[in-house]
Amino acid sequence: MSGAERYNIHSQLEHLQSKYIGTGHADTTKHEWLTNQHRDTFASILGHPDLINFMAICENETKARIRFNLVEKMLQPCGPPPEKPED
Amino acid sequence: MSGPGPRMTREEIEAHAQELQTKKKATVDVPDSERIGLGESGKFDTDIYGSKNKFEGYYDSIAPNEDVEDDDEVVMPGARPRTNYTAPLSVLNDIPQAEKDHDPFAEHKRPTIMERQSNNEYFKKQPRLVMSPERVDFFADGGKTPDVNARQYSDVMREQQVRMEERELQRRIREKAKDGPLVPVSNGEAVKPAATKKRGRWDQTAPDENVVPTKKKPSWETAEVKRSSCYSWTHRLGCNSRTCGSETPGSGATPATQHIWDPTPAHNMTPGHATPGVESRGGGGGGGASMRRNRWDETPKTERETPGHNSGWAETPKVVREAADIIQETPTPSASKRKSRWDETPAVAMTPQTPATPMTPHTPSMMTPSGVTPVGSKAMAMATPSPSQLLQMTPEQLQAYRWEKEIDERNRPLSDEELDTMFPPGYKVLPPPAGYIPIRTPARKLSATPTPIAGTPQGFFIQTEEKSAKFMDTQPKGGNLPFLKPEDAQYFDKLLIDVDEESLSPEEQKERKIMKLLLKIKNGTPPMRKSALRQITDKAREFGAGPLFNQILPLLMSPTLEDQERHLLVKVIDRVLYKLDDLVRPYVHKILVVIEPLLIDEDYYARVEGREIISNLAKAAGLATMISTMRPDIDNIDEFVRNTTARAFAVVASALGIPSLLPFLKAVCKSKKSWQARHTGIKIVQQISILMGCAILPHLKSLVEIIEHGLVDEQQKVRTITALAIAALAEAATPYGIESFDSVLKPLWKGIRNYRGKGLAAFLKAIGYLIPLMDAEYANYYTREVMLILIREFQSPDEEMKKIVLKVVKQCCATDGVEPQYIKDEILPHFFKHFWNHRMALDKRNYRQLVDTTVEIANKVGASEIINRIVDDLKDENETYRKMVVETIEKIMANLGAADIDSRLEEQLIDGILYAFQEQTNEDIVLLNGFGTIVNQLGKRVKPYLPQICGTILWRLNNKAAKVRQQAADLITKIAAVMKTCQEEKLMGHLGVVLYEYLGEEYPEVLGSILGALKAIVNVIGMTKMTPPIKDLLPRLTPILKNRHEKVQENCIDLVGRIADRGPEYVSAREWMRICFELLELLKAHKKAIRRATVNTFGYIAKAIGPSDVTHVLLANLRVQERQNRVCTTVALAIVAETCSPFTVLPALMNEYRVPELNVQNGVLKSLSFLFEYIGEMAKDYVYAVTPLLEDALMDRDLVHRQTACAAIKHLALGVYGFGCEDALVHLLNYVWPNIFETSPHLVQAFMDSVEGMRVALGPMKILQYALQGLFHPARKVRDVYWKIYNSLYIGGQDALVAGYPRIPNDPKNEYTRYELDYVL
Repeated sequence: MSGAERYNIHSQLEHLQSKYIGTGHADTTKHEWLTNQHRDTFASILGHPDLINFMAICENETKARIRFNLVEKMLQPCGPPPEKPED
Repeated sequence: MSGPGPRMTREEIEAHAQELQTKKKATVDVPDSERIGLGESGKFDTDIYGSKNKFEGYYDSIAPNEDVEDDDEVVMPGARPRTNYTAPLSVLNDIPQAEKDHDPFAEHKRPTIMERQSNNEYFKKQPRLVMSPERVDFFADGGKTPDVNARQYSDVMREQQVRMEERELQRRIREKAKDGPLVPVSNGEAVKPAATKKRGRWDQTAPDENVVPTKKKPSWETAEVKRSSCYSWTHRLGCNSRTCGSETPGSGATPATQHIWDPTPAHNMTPGHATPGVESRGGGGGGGASMRRNRWDETPKTERETPGHNSGWAETPKVVREAADIIQETPTPSASKRKSRWDETPAVAMTPQTPATPMTPHTPSMMTPSGVTPVGSKAMAMATPSPSQLLQMTPEQLQAYRWEKEIDERNRPLSDEELDTMFPPGYKVLPPPAGYIPIRTPARKLSATPTPIAGTPQGFFIQTEEKSAKFMDTQPKGGNLPFLKPEDAQYFDKLLIDVDEESLSPEEQKERKIMKLLLKIKNGTPPMRKSALRQITDKAREFGAGPLFNQILPLLMSPTLEDQERHLLVKVIDRVLYKLDDLVRPYVHKILVVIEPLLIDEDYYARVEGREIISNLAKAAGLATMISTMRPDIDNIDEFVRNTTARAFAVVASALGIPSLLPFLKAVCKSKKSWQARHTGIKIVQQISILMGCAILPHLKSLVEIIEHGLVDEQQKVRTITALAIAALAEAATPYGIESFDSVLKPLWKGIRNYRGKGLAAFLKAIGYLIPLMDAEYANYYTREVMLILIREFQSPDEEMKKIVLKVVKQCCATDGVEPQYIKDEILPHFFKHFWNHRMALDKRNYRQLVDTTVEIANKVGASEIINRIVDDLKDENETYRKMVVETIEKIMANLGAADIDSRLEEQLIDGILYAFQEQTNEDIVLLNGFGTIVNQLGKRVKPYLPQICGTILWRLNNKAAKVRQQAADLITKIAAVMKTCQEEKLMGHLGVVLYEYLGEEYPEVLGSILGALKAIVNVIGMTKMTPPIKDLLPRLTPILKNRHEKVQENCIDLVGRIADRGPEYVSAREWMRICFELLELLKAHKKAIRRATVNTFGYIAKAIGPSDVTHVLLANLRVQERQNRVCTTVALAIVAETCSPFTVLPALMNEYRVPELNVQNGVLKSLSFLFEYIGEMAKDYVYAVTPLLEDALMDRDLVHRQTACAAIKHLALGVYGFGCEDALVHLLNYVWPNIFETSPHLVQAFMDSVEGMRVALGPMKILQYALQGLFHPARKVRDVYWKIYNSLYIGGQDALVAGYPRIPNDPKNEYTRYELDYVL
């Protein structure tokens, strides 16, 4: 980015966006992106009681268990990150 | 001589001739001595050449063998006190000045802080503090015992002690001198009447003391006493020399002066002892100084300081003087670490090590007035001003000097080489004739190289071209540095020399690096400054505290510093502090010395900055260091130091919490040793409560306990400050915490009975702040108690006391417990007797306080009670007093209304205010407001008086003075509503007609007020009843719209808009069209309110006469060049469309888009954008209509087309969200999307906005499908922008996106599928 552009509103926008977890940038990897998607999905399910009910019936588990599982899974929903290639 | 006419008769001619002869004889009759002998050179015939010698003012001889003549008054530039110094007279004399003392840019000059503060009396008292050497950090190295030689708390305390003793001794000597036993030794020569001007505190208190026989200011007092430790005085006291020498690096420069009050008089006769060269020439008059110089007293110069303390800035003032000494004597080669190129001339010993020099107003007196005439070398001292002298000039002088130098440079003699190039070959250089001596006229002297003095060891030294030619090279060497200001040179001179950085020692490299960064921060461009600031912050720990502060702090003490520069440097300190953290400990005192004065700066922001720095400093250094550093200053002899220290302590308390400071404060406030310590301690408490406000509440009890004993202190000052501190605590605690003050109530009440004067005032103030905290019963009791004293003090002539008494009365009366009856009976009679007189109106602050107090009393006892007493004063002969009365009545009536004003009082009131209004000589807003408030509060009751009031107004409307007319019109505006309430429509109609008549007013201010009055009348009376009828009024307003004055424009457009809104039918459509054209001009107005009113008026007019004509006018206006005009037109179009439904305007608007002109098309797009913004969901009916147009715009080559179309689409999309227009929107999105890679910031912004609009209208999933294409594109530039869009989608619709993410298959290591989404029942 050129010097003049550095201080304009867009950099502000990007700065603003970068404050939120889950936003990405040009160097976001597939794993990072997907991890966030999974977490968002779990959070969304947790936030919609009907979805929890639905899942509880599907899995034949209690709602609390479903909730607990979802929260637990948030830790590494897609498994460990791939090895970073040396650069 | 006989008459003027020609001589007629012979006798007359004869007589005339006779007369002429006698006359001639008289003139020729000169004494022999004046006759000119044969062969002698004659004189000029005064008859011909005039009585003045032609050569008067010229030198008629040159003195080749003498030293250069001393015609030019020798004034060293630094030889003046700072506030009124000038450039060397020699410089000023030689520069032709068009007009003396006229600086055409004076008003644009940014004043330095020094100039600003110099008006401040208190700041003049500021002692020239010297930053003491760094102190030991006990916490460093894990708390191991520090080096014994390091400067410690005990050393500082000892110095403080010595200073106190010195002060005490002086006092005793002075007393002795007064009483008789000590008779000053006079040697006839040295003694001068003590009437000469003296400075310094004790001089002022005892102006008649005669121990000091010269006009030399006691420099030892201001400067040397401040010096860390070493001064000859201590030597004489037999002070432990370790305290002096060892830890004050550079202190070897013992003051050369022998102290005047030295008890051994033998020294006063020293002249004989001094080197002959130093002997004062004119020893008679001011002779003391040179005699006092006693070089036998001097300790040998220590070799310069330790690296950490190199530049000698901590060391002071006296160096110029030292330098002068050096000139007079054999130059002592000073082992200055800083070697500058000025070093070659002897004068340079004084050079740059002493940035602090310019700050010492007293040194100079040593040089000139004291009669030390530098023998022989004077020419040199003067001829080439050395940098340090130049540095003491003001910027203007420098400018003058530089200019003069440039002229000299241009007129310099041509050099041989130059001549060689100019002449054709064949010329040869002839030797100068034997015995030729070049003339050095005074005018040339300045640029001349210094005349060598006999015996100067260097021999003759020819300055190189560069040095003599220019004053100073202001471009620092090395990459990309900003220019130096000449005043900066002393700090940054090293950068002027181009050196190979590799060859420098690491220390020097570091120093140079810091210097560069500081220069960039101080003088550089904003980006330069920013990066330098970041670098210096990042590397702060690497550089170390010492090198950093050794450079920053002298800069901050520079006398030529400007606010902006100080702000930047303070910022540097702030950042650096944060990084250095505990490394700053040894420098805490130095920093405080520089920063503390900021706490009492006039400038609010400087105070805030100062607080911030000290607070950060406290956090970095820790409480223990702060206390041990500042403790010695608490009983400093200087009030200034104590004051600033108290404030600094308050800041420390707010930074580290009050509880941590409490034990220390307790100890200080109980100090038995000095009352100063107690005073400062209590002052700290006061400052804490002022600074922290109600945050003191949790500690209120302990704070009060700490200071309560101060009320019974034997020192009056301590008692006073204690009372003030209690007042501050009570003020901060209001309305809580009275129980904490229980213990002080008794001493306070005893105090007000026992004390008088200043002490009493402080006690009263404390009580005044305490009473509001009490509950009603106590407040009542205590008010009665204190009121006796207050009433007694009512008659005090002391202004300060009056203010405090008024304030306390106000506070007492405001409390619940005080009965109105009591106030009426006990207070009011005395109050009015002593305060309501002419004298109180004279002083602004008294005036204000009296008004406030009276209003407060009125709140208690009722309006009529007070107004009854002062209403007659409305007719007082004193205008200021009348004004005060009016203001009081206005405030009372605004608070309490007119309910309890009876008819008699009402009559008096109107009568009085009319009188006051008519009698005013300078039209004041106070009277206008007062009149307005009274009339409005009386409401209907004012009806009988309205004719009279209107008569007055009418009469004044006709007045010659513009101000009177304006005020009359303003008054109409204020009372129009009341006139309506009184149903005086006829009267208003009459006023309207009169105002209408006055629309020809010339003065725009008055015209504006008249329009405002008309507007007020139209507003209350309505369009139908208005006289003159609207149809006559409006055409009269049309030409006024052309007026360029803002006030006129604003009032006029408001009035026109009002008419267009309420009564457009009274005016023909033609007239409205004419107004439309005039309105276009108003769109150019600077004031937003005017433009807004204009645009709204377009809407009203369009509604009145139908949109087509107005639209036509507006569309035509899109062709104008001026941008603001076009923008306003588009807004007006949008408003017209909104008020008259879009379909009336849209066809014409879209048709206009076909005009092949950039501005017009953009204007159309912009009005569409505004239009969609205003009409919101109405747009659903027009989406399909405008789509082709927007399509076209989005395919245009012009960026602005696309940008504006994007903006329009954003508003459109947001408007039609949920109305089933998705098809059109997707279509438009496909045209918007290709702009994704545009780089123009405005277009990028517009694009992002329209995508956001689409996200709302189409849902984030749709946009996600577009965005997915580029998230993992191989090109980073593509990814960048796509991620940006993804991010805004994500932030806008995180939850909604969950269902829209693409399916990603698992890979061997990771599980990417979201199986939860696949559940089906």
